[in-house]
Amino acid sequence: MSNDTIAAPRSAHTPQYKRHKTGRASFEMMAWLFMRLSGVVLVVLIFGHLFVNLMLGQGIHAIDFGFVAGKWSSPFWQVWDLLMLWLAMLHGTNGVRTIINDYAERNGTRMTLKTVLYIAAAVIIVLGTLVIFTFDPCPAGAVTDLPSFCPVP
Amino acid sequence: MWSWVGHRITGVVIFVFLLVHVLDTSLVRVSPEAYTAVIGAYKNPIMGLGEAALVAAIVFHAFNGLRIILIDFWKKGPKYQRHMLWSVLILWVVVMVPFLIRHLSIVFGGH
Repeated sequence: MSNDTIAAPRSAHTPQYKRHKTGRASFEMMAWLFMRLSGVVLVVLIFGHLFVNLMLGQGIHAIDFGFVAGKWSSPFWQVWDLLMLWLAMLHGTNGVRTIINDYAERNGTRMTLKTVLYIAAAVIIVLGTLVIFTFDPCPAGAVTDLPSFCPVP
Repeated sequence: MWSWVGHRITGVVIFVFLLVHVLDTSLVRVSPEAYTAVIGAYKNPIMGLGEAALVAAIVFHAFNGLRIILIDFWKKGPKYQRHMLWSVLILWVVVMVPFLIRHLSIVFGGH
């Protein structure tokens, strides 16, 4: 056995190997990572959401306008629901995007489905965000199911 | 393989519900009556069973998702992936049994 060192193959005349530095591959890498990070957070957010809304008190029977108004009068639940909305929508949209890429083989079909998906996702995220921030727990003229802190008309 | 199929199917089901759920919740901006009327539909027994199925899908997706993360990031994850699938299924039962007892007694109990 000799001690000769052998140069790494093609090391002299090829650009340095780069993985996921720019472009498409980098986006897919970020999307992959996002699914895992948002997934962990969503487990906590959604389990908490389900426990408070379905398990405590009268469960689903307690849910009416006053219930939602009571929760969103607290910044804690506003932030909770806002975070849940954005993370769940982006997580779900990216998941469905992956599924479309896997199964829709024709270019046109794939592009059409993804366009519909992105429009739907954008509409739902914007709508949900507006609802959380513009919500009025005591709307003028309303009489039923109001939370207890609204002034009596 | 089957956990992968299950993850995809539950994921799509949850996503479709999420779209509907944001829309129904948005009715709080229309009027208290509109919201309470539509949410009333979620309280009938057939929808109650649908909610149980939805929660079952969410709990599986959540635990199997954590398993996927462990397979990807934990050094011994790939080695124990099959054991972790059994853990997912056991945890799923452990969470679903008390949930179903509570939720179905609320849905079917007279109030």
